[in-house]
Amino acid sequence: MHDFSTLIGGIAGDGINEAGVTVSRLFNQLGYRIYMYYDYPSLIRGGHNFSLIRASDRKIGAHVNTVDVIVALNQETFELHKERLKDSSFVIYDLDKVKIENLAQKGCGLPVSAILKDFSAPMIMRNTCIIGGFCKVVGIGWPVLEKVLKKHIPKQLDLNLKVARKGYDAAVEFTRIERVDQPSFPILTSNQAIGLGLIKAGLAAYIAYPMTPSSSLLDFMAKSAADFGLKVVHPESEIAVILMAQGFAYEGVKAAVGTSGGGFCLMTEGLSLAGMAEMPIVIMLGQRTGPSTGLPTYTAQADLHFALNAGQGEFPRFIVSPGDAEEAYYWSGVALNMAWKYQVPAFILSDKTVSEGLYSFDAALAGDMNEEAPVLWDGKGDYNRYKYTETGVSPLAFPPLKGQTVKVDGYTHDELGITTEDPRAIASMSDKRLLKGLALAKEMDGYETVRVYGNGKTALLCWGSNKGVCTEVAEKLGLRVIQVLVLSPFPEKRLRDSLVGVERIITVECNSTGQLSRLARSYGFELREQILKYDGRPFSLDELEAEIRKVIA
Amino acid sequence: MNPKDLSTYAKNTWCPGCGNFSILNTMKTVLSSLDDEGFPIDNVVLVSGIGCHGKIVDYLKVNSFYSIHGRTLPVATAIKLANPDLKVICCSGDGDSLAEGLDHLMFAAKRNIDITLILHDNRVYGLTTGQYTPTSPWGFKGKSTPLGTQEFPMNPAELMLVGGASYIARGYTHGIDLLRRLFKEAITHKGFSFVDVLQVCVTYFNMYESYNKRVYEVKDNDTGSFDDAMKIIRSWNYDGAEAPIPLGKFYQVDAPRFDQAFPGYEPHKVDRDSQIKKMLENFI
Repeated sequence: MHDFSTLIGGIAGDGINEAGVTVSRLFNQLGYRIYMYYDYPSLIRGGHNFSLIRASDRKIGAHVNTVDVIVALNQETFELHKERLKDSSFVIYDLDKVKIENLAQKGCGLPVSAILKDFSAPMIMRNTCIIGGFCKVVGIGWPVLEKVLKKHIPKQLDLNLKVARKGYDAAVEFTRIERVDQPSFPILTSNQAIGLGLIKAGLAAYIAYPMTPSSSLLDFMAKSAADFGLKVVHPESEIAVILMAQGFAYEGVKAAVGTSGGGFCLMTEGLSLAGMAEMPIVIMLGQRTGPSTGLPTYTAQADLHFALNAGQGEFPRFIVSPGDAEEAYYWSGVALNMAWKYQVPAFILSDKTVSEGLYSFDAALAGDMNEEAPVLWDGKGDYNRYKYTETGVSPLAFPPLKGQTVKVDGYTHDELGITTEDPRAIASMSDKRLLKGLALAKEMDGYETVRVYGNGKTALLCWGSNKGVCTEVAEKLGLRVIQVLVLSPFPEKRLRDSLVGVERIITVECNSTGQLSRLARSYGFELREQILKYDGRPFSLDELEAEIRKVIA
Repeated sequence: MNPKDLSTYAKNTWCPGCGNFSILNTMKTVLSSLDDEGFPIDNVVLVSGIGCHGKIVDYLKVNSFYSIHGRTLPVATAIKLANPDLKVICCSGDGDSLAEGLDHLMFAAKRNIDITLILHDNRVYGLTTGQYTPTSPWGFKGKSTPLGTQEFPMNPAELMLVGGASYIARGYTHGIDLLRRLFKEAITHKGFSFVDVLQVCVTYFNMYESYNKRVYEVKDNDTGSFDDAMKIIRSWNYDGAEAPIPLGKFYQVDAPRFDQAFPGYEPHKVDRDSQIKKMLENFI
């Protein structure tokens, strides 16, 4: 099996994320599937940033702690990560910034500063130079790097090429990465996949207030607005965000919002309004470490129960938690379709690991997903926004209508949308909302809301970003993985079916209380064993494997 | 159309003598006359917050969105961006727009978006039975401030002037003719229009007698002048003093609008599938 991990590190401002993406693209050109984890503190300049790029001949969605190459733009990168080196690993470093003595592994120091000086190139090109050296060291041919740079460097291409070539020529070849006979895939973050999935399903407006790890989705949508015919708004607060989404929905404009925990706290009164007023909205909730400001640029899966219970009163909601870019694409589209078909809030419950992780995107694996039509008013008789129907779903219409009004109401209301305190009407409207939840659950029966990998008698039960790491470790250890994709309406029957033949269940989550376990227990599932991680970092393959071995030993 | 055609079956639950009746009747008159003049009633959307004022959406047979406390403007802003042909009007209270939703009000003015906000400014919380609001005078003895509030009132018209609103006026619920004129001007104005309506709450803060003595209509003022408008607006600061209270149009200018500048991108105007394909190829 081909499996190669590269760590590139430096200070914030060195362009470490972009350098990692470039390394990913190089492997992609050679037919590898990639996964990149980007680790950065919450600051703009300085501090330590690193990208961990893993390339494999199979689809992957997790990193390993040990690496084959460290590319060090500063001393700190080497000192912090040298424990990751294996005997067979290499170190490539900037000779002017990094001093390494008695290195047990092969090392290649490059005169990066001198090269930049020769060309009067800006400091940001240090990473281009050292990536040139990296290609030589690992035997990636110059034409491959040239192709990648030509396609993806928007500014000062010639200078970048010169600097990269000089770095390439100054290095020595230690190994030769073999080409794998597979096509090259698009490489994208799940936030980008979420954006594309929403757009595919007919999204017409995106509204957000920046907050890590959702900001990159806002940036992507704003940048792509003209290409896709999107209205993108960045208003004064998350409170305005979720209310604006409902203003758009009132006019039939399909809208989504994006945020993280703190921003979602501000959205909860608006969420409850959407529940009562039956406004279709999609919320991308990218989890990060809390409580409060917590650890802004690191991951967590600690807001599941928050998403399930946010907002006063009782109303149905759809919650899906994708585990990689393909699922992010497909299920974001499904979330938008469900929001509109059932006039409910729909959540894409992501986290920093999934949202900002970089994946090889296989469109065939993602599956076919298209915009689905909501129930629309036929124009006959008088229009009633909250008309009772068998499914609880009232036909939608959008102003202006000739001689008819559309009255949306956040108070308890009658069918027309006029406020009422009549006990019968109140109970009936509650029943109507619950009926929509049942209809949504029925539709979800036709979807793969729980995914099963392998058929071992011991199962790892997981959700969201732990899919990638769990499936890979499980395959190695002969375990089954059960991934709960849709968390509301809870897929009780599918989960029960997936457990047939299972004798032992271990839940794997990135929180400190076992939130999926707690949810599943409320449906009668007996769950006792769990592996939890809550230090802001995702599980690595080696780490999870060691934890599982401890549990099953 | 007959203003009466704009009534609904909802039972009116405002207190007898409430200033909101004047606002409701004025809205009916103005909206029906605008309909006659070519602004179709079908294109009107009314957004309200929460408080006594909010009930107006139940009493008017127009498109409406009964939003939550303080949150009229974000909803209204998106409706306007979604369909610029609509006339979007917010009815909001002083607690609603000046306490809970002040940020939205300032941003609406800052954007000068083509929306009208009618402030039902009764200077007291009515539905919660009598607490002070941002425009209550200093020393106001409400249920939450039995010793008298120790905050000076906010001057919303001044906030709107410095915030960037392009139409600013004040009306009074005893003075229907002026109210009609102001509502019509505000609704037909292009840009963010703000009408502060001194709307008397007969139950918790009956100011009829005081207002009747002190209000006057400004005449021959230069409504294009920021400085003149500021002078008039600051001549009464909502406090208990006996200063005369100016009514009328204080300010009206033409200014760039957010809804004008906002790109009208529409999904159906692009071939999305091929755009997605193209983008995915670029990601390789």
